[in-house]
Amino acid sequence: MKKKKVKKSLYLYIVPGLFMVMAFVYVPIITNIVYSFFRLSSYSSSMKFVAFNNYRRLFTNDTFPVMMRNNIYYCIISLIVQVGFGTVIALVLESKLVGKLNSFYRNVYFIPSLISLTAVGLMFNFIYNPTAGMLNGFLKTIGQPDLQQIWLGDKKLAIFCIIAMSQWQYTGYIAMLMIVAFQNVSMDYVEAAIIDGAGPIRRAISVYIPLAKEQLLVCSVITVIGAFKLFTEVYTTTSGGPGDASQVLGLFLYQNAFLHDDMGMAAATGVLIFVITVTLSIIQLRITRSGQD
Amino acid sequence: MTTKHINGRKVFLTVLIHLFLMSLVLIILLPMCWLIMNSLKTNQEMFRDSIALPATPLFSNWVNAWNKGLYNYFLSSIITSAMSLCGILVFSSLLAYGLTRLNLPGSGLIFVIVLGGMALSEQVALVPLFKIIQAIGLYNTRWAVVLPYISFRIPFTMFLLRSYFLGIPRELEEAAILDGASRFQIFYKIIIPISKPVLASAAIVNLNFVWNEFLFANIFLENRKLMTIPLGLMTFQGDLKSDYVTMLAGILIASLPMIIMYLCMQKQFVRGLTSGAVKG
Repeated sequence: MKKKKVKKSLYLYIVPGLFMVMAFVYVPIITNIVYSFFRLSSYSSSMKFVAFNNYRRLFTNDTFPVMMRNNIYYCIISLIVQVGFGTVIALVLESKLVGKLNSFYRNVYFIPSLISLTAVGLMFNFIYNPTAGMLNGFLKTIGQPDLQQIWLGDKKLAIFCIIAMSQWQYTGYIAMLMIVAFQNVSMDYVEAAIIDGAGPIRRAISVYIPLAKEQLLVCSVITVIGAFKLFTEVYTTTSGGPGDASQVLGLFLYQNAFLHDDMGMAAATGVLIFVITVTLSIIQLRITRSGQD
Repeated sequence: MTTKHINGRKVFLTVLIHLFLMSLVLIILLPMCWLIMNSLKTNQEMFRDSIALPATPLFSNWVNAWNKGLYNYFLSSIITSAMSLCGILVFSSLLAYGLTRLNLPGSGLIFVIVLGGMALSEQVALVPLFKIIQAIGLYNTRWAVVLPYISFRIPFTMFLLRSYFLGIPRELEEAAILDGASRFQIFYKIIIPISKPVLASAAIVNLNFVWNEFLFANIFLENRKLMTIPLGLMTFQGDLKSDYVTMLAGILIASLPMIIMYLCMQKQFVRGLTSGAVKG
């Protein structure tokens, strides 16, 4: 009898943390799914059931194709640059040719990811500024004023300017993750490959990449998820403009909830982001866990 | 003859690689250098030619930025981060200990539930969380951001600590039990001190998240006194209007703490990042 009582008290280790996760992560997310079927506003508690109306309005919205396209552009370019090119950087840094400067390069590339998204966004606002910005100033200095642009003010360029900014910020981060993965590759395999006469490129393709495959997949998944959570980068630079040219799902959600007081539509957008990111996260968790066994 | 040929090729390749890596260094550093350079100019100087060096470096811009409100946002960020970190580390280490050491029925399921939280993104919870925070009267208080920060970071931190706890030999605990130590004493006097390195990693990676978080802070905080740095910078921009150089100085100052922290604690940082990667 006494023994049983002691056991129950042991749950006190688990309950506080579990409660927090339930109350502030799970409950809101489940509530969000419920909200997506209602019309509701931020400052009153009245709710009206509208079935799939919020979803219909979301999918038929004029900006829906624009934001899906922008999120997908962001996703694809980030996969190529951050994951693809970041891996190449990691391979180069891990090859024996770099020597003492190795950690200098690695740290410089990593530093942008430590700066807050707001600071980076505001900084690039200045860099892209048409009159006092670095880019146009640079183009003028090298004698190419014809190439000057209004950057963030240009409907076609705006989203790509934002994407470029993110590549600047996060390529070094992914490179760092890949470097650590490559460092965990057993030297036995590398030495065996060297004895077999494999050069650096051959070693990269047939030893390093296959053995760091899991980390590469994890990096790809977090990059894709990041692409569909995109918010602060756009909020701090263009606010989705000019017009709706650089609109993305995350910002659309925010604007509907807190500017247009259309929380039902925001909730429906949230569910869409949820479906996309959870599907991808399940893939990520599968990969990480299979790695542990 | 052949060795000389091979050496020649190797030198050429090395030079090529360094050129490539250095050009990337330039791409990373140029915007930062441009920012620092212009934060030392007058507004007129910046508009005349933003590429030129400042005539006389005006460090007064930095002092200005600090005094015009940045100081307050810094203080607020430090308090918010400290509260969040305490919560994250206490809840997560208790949870990780409970799940790895006590053989409680249901541990497996609870682990999966908590870990699942890692897959859920902040935006999806935003609308209901706003309503909840309002309903319990926490809107525009520090708790409005601290509670969500703690809750959203527990899954990752639990996961990080759990894998470390699993590696601690059970003999240590068994010896302590024989000496008559209670469960909590074992946790507090054995497990926690042994786990200092992983706790440091967890602390720094979470600090980076909390320090830079914007989405929740932007929606749950209205009072300037409570605003953290990322939000403060946005407000700062509105206040300064066309005083661009002071704004640039503000961005610079706001970015320094995490960079310095990283340079001092690289090892802990990298270990924390790689054991459960999440971005943004």
